[in-house]
Amino acid sequence: MQYKALIVDDSKLARMVMVSAFRRIRPDWQLVEATSADDALKTISDGAVDVALVDFNMPDTDGLELVARIRRTHPKMPVAVVSANLQDEIIARARELNAAFVAKPLTDEALGAFLSGAALRLRKAAL
Amino acid sequence: MTVDTSELSEIEQDAIAEIANMGVSRAATSLRQMVGEQVLLSVPAVNIVTREAASRLVERGGSQKLVAVQQSFEGPFSGKALLIFPQAHSLELVRAIVGDEHSLEDVIDLEQEALAETGNIILNACLATIANVLHRTMRMSLPSVVRGDGQTLFDIDARDGSGNLVLFLYIDFTIKKRDIRGFIALLMDLPSIFALKEIVRDFIDGIGRQAAENVG
Repeated sequence: MQYKALIVDDSKLARMVMVSAFRRIRPDWQLVEATSADDALKTISDGAVDVALVDFNMPDTDGLELVARIRRTHPKMPVAVVSANLQDEIIARARELNAAFVAKPLTDEALGAFLSGAALRLRKAAL
Repeated sequence: MTVDTSELSEIEQDAIAEIANMGVSRAATSLRQMVGEQVLLSVPAVNIVTREAASRLVERGGSQKLVAVQQSFEGPFSGKALLIFPQAHSLELVRAIVGDEHSLEDVIDLEQEALAETGNIILNACLATIANVLHRTMRMSLPSVVRGDGQTLFDIDARDGSGNLVLFLYIDFTIKKRDIRGFIALLMDLPSIFALKEIVRDFIDGIGRQAAENVG
């Protein structure tokens, strides 16, 4: 099944790393990129985003705030907060928002595990 | 070069070096994952020094043209974390991270951006580990890239009235197969050092209690 994933990161390098991992793990998924929270919310409201991967450390609105906003309209969308900021508090706040936490530097294993879980949830929701 | 370490007892100094070591090791693991090659680390050094002495320490390798990615942190104690390396190694580091398949033009285009993100990942790994070990929460700023000599890197916040003495903690790293070396440094002003001292005492007491429980 082909899904559409939204990659939100202000860093071009981070988006490049994410896109190249997707090409290895889920080459058939469609990808859209956003460079800020506002940009991401606009893309989501335009529709058809199935999964979102959100960087934590961004100017203006941080990743956790963005996830909280996404949750208002999409309580069940599979979402991951992606960050090198591995503080217990950040991971706990991601969990409270029902979001996964994926550590930077990104590994294929960590991204793969999140996407498998997400694909399963999306299939179940479609039944 | 050390001005005054009498502010810290031997065990406190030792504990700070050990906690820093955990943070920096995590940072080195991140760097290793990013470049796919072995990263060698020195033993971390903890000193209370003047900003001038700190700036001389990072120029020790003989290169005065430096690039640093810096991130400030705030919490029970605050300061600045820096990833520093000679300007001459900057492109090589970026190339190591984005992969050798990119052209020189691509690497130059990406340099600033790749440095910021690399610094973000490495410094966050270091600071988050320290925060977790001490059971405290710290806020980290966005990374910024600074170029200049040691003086420029350490003088930026010197006019905030917090004094000239800093807790300077640094470790040098070398990427084995490439000609890349640099430092990871943490810089804290004196009021922060007192806050850190108390937290470190709690940490040491905690270890003492755990040891006693294990024996009992």
